[in-house]
Amino acid sequence: MSGSARIPRWVDLLVIPALNLALAFLVCGLLILAIGENPLRALRVMIDGAFVYPGSLGYTLYYTTNFIFTGLAVAVAYQARLFNIGGEGQAAIGGAGVAIVCLAFDQVLPGPVTMILAIAAAALFGAAWAFLPGLLQATRGSHVVITTIMFNFIAAGLMVFLLSGPLMRPGQSTPQTRDFAEGATIPQWHEIAGWFGESVARTPFNASLLLALLAAVGVWVLIYRTPFGYRLRTLGESEPAARYAGVSVPGTIIAAMTISGALAGLMAVNAVLGGQDKLVLNFTGGFGFVGIAVALMGRAHPVGIVLASLLFGALYQGGAELSFEFRTINREMVLVVQGAIILFSGALRHMFDAPLARLFAKPEPAPSTAGAR
Amino acid sequence: MAEIWLDIAQVLASTLRLATPLILCALAGMFSERAGVVDIGLEGKLLMGAFAAAAVTSLVGSPWIGLLAAIGASVILALIHGFACITHRGEQIVSGVAINILASGLTVVLAIAIFSQGGSTPSLSRDERFDEFALPFADTISGVPFIGPLYAETLSGHNILVYVALLMVPITIYVLFRTAFGLRLRAVGEAPEAVDSAGYSVAFLRYRAVIIAGVLCGIAGAYLSIAHGGGFVREMSAGKGYIALAALIFGHWKPMPTLFACLLFGALESTATRLSNVSLPGIGTLPVDVILLAPYILTVILLAGFVGRAVPPRAIGVPYVKER
Repeated sequence: MSGSARIPRWVDLLVIPALNLALAFLVCGLLILAIGENPLRALRVMIDGAFVYPGSLGYTLYYTTNFIFTGLAVAVAYQARLFNIGGEGQAAIGGAGVAIVCLAFDQVLPGPVTMILAIAAAALFGAAWAFLPGLLQATRGSHVVITTIMFNFIAAGLMVFLLSGPLMRPGQSTPQTRDFAEGATIPQWHEIAGWFGESVARTPFNASLLLALLAAVGVWVLIYRTPFGYRLRTLGESEPAARYAGVSVPGTIIAAMTISGALAGLMAVNAVLGGQDKLVLNFTGGFGFVGIAVALMGRAHPVGIVLASLLFGALYQGGAELSFEFRTINREMVLVVQGAIILFSGALRHMFDAPLARLFAKPEPAPSTAGAR
Repeated sequence: MAEIWLDIAQVLASTLRLATPLILCALAGMFSERAGVVDIGLEGKLLMGAFAAAAVTSLVGSPWIGLLAAIGASVILALIHGFACITHRGEQIVSGVAINILASGLTVVLAIAIFSQGGSTPSLSRDERFDEFALPFADTISGVPFIGPLYAETLSGHNILVYVALLMVPITIYVLFRTAFGLRLRAVGEAPEAVDSAGYSVAFLRYRAVIIAGVLCGIAGAYLSIAHGGGFVREMSAGKGYIALAALIFGHWKPMPTLFACLLFGALESTATRLSNVSLPGIGTLPVDVILLAPYILTVILLAGFVGRAVPPRAIGVPYVKER
């Protein structure tokens, strides 16, 4: 953030993300050109695929919901300069929580009660999976990045174990649970529309989007309107300063990671409890990693994250369309866009500081304030 | 008795084959991290190297040119990492994540664009790969008890890149601990300001470290796709870059302990299927996937400081800002 002090806020919030996005698209455009296709046509296909075709908007918003959760998860930790790159594992374990609750209670308890318990389990399981790395960093000094990488793999192995044994649907051999009882799952958009006599295409888009938006508001309040958020941001700016100001550094690290994990775990509410109504292997599909790009693009601010999630939701849904329209390009192109965005808006974020500062430099401070230095 | 010994010798041989990419990647990480640049992009460079090797070999026909291509592709990613982390002082973790995601997307995109085989490259014929060969006298000595099988089955009969990986260990020890370059490289990871005031460029030293890491990951990638395997398939690195990172930490960023960590993790992988048949009291048999988690679990335990303590280079992950 060293350079942003000299750059007007609107440039930092609008121009820089736009520039990063343009660069990422430029890289991919050149790649598509090199492959021998027309990049503008590819862009057109992606836009149609994301918004225009029947049902496409539903899928776009379904992906968006996933990304809001994982993006917020990365952002909360990032406010304290912690990299939680374990969103993938935390979401997976959150899914296990949802499945365990649903399989245990959906025949016994009323649907809405099971649903609320399952949502709580998603958050709780995800939180637990991030609590350990947080605890280890805070008390034992093991770096949270390495631990969360390891925890991603451990989670993946555990999920294989759970879905090929204890949680597997009886009498079959695919790694998935049975369908959850209808009343316990979160209603999908086409069902809700059906209640009002409307007919919309069947997509996994469901009411979890409301929960995601609620979470975004909650994170905004937490970060910018609570003492905890203040401590979090102080720690992110400077650990010695935080310590000097009396912030409990270990406690803040553990809390930040736990909240981050809970948010990542909630992704399972959308994907498992809302989208598929059962737990299937690898339902996280790399969305935990997308959260990193979303958080960086959205400047770790909830509003930015919601917008960046919509962008990535459209990219993912539109990218799927590429494989149908072109013989030589396919949806992995989205990974390239994603990687380029992380590179430009994350690792290379200081590259434009100097030129932009020159371009948008604030007018010279008035003599009275200059004299105060 | 001789039967069992032969069996063990063969398990050791497969351990060596599975450990080879880990050794190369872990040494790559050692150069980079000893110089103070965190490298979680090992996985991406490995994957990119594997793709470049297989793609170029199947187009040109020579595994040697494929190897060069792998090194070139991996070094390009390493230079991007260096440009972001050294020149622009970006966050090294973020850069590494970007490189891993870029590699996993680019390899499939390019494979489909060039070969239209769903993200794979055509399978390579025997003479397009680094073939296995017997060391001298392997046949003659194989009859000798104990040493015979160990030489003929374990050490002999690998492709050349296995021996390159093994040779890289003493070379790394020599370069890092017996040369002026190695001293400066290690110093730049511990106290860059001291190296700077001695008149050496921190940035140039770190760039060289990152490039060496790129070269080694490239060789490891070539091993996966044109030596051990016969072609590229999507995501063929399958987390090996991360296991190498774990081995590096497990080996306390030191060459010999890291080598043993790689061999240990290789042995786990080569015996996982056998171990999954062993019934444990109270738990029953463990699935292969759970046994394969051991490297990750062991690394977490080690990092938590419950078994020894892994102390990273002091200036690791910190971009160097020259005092004005």
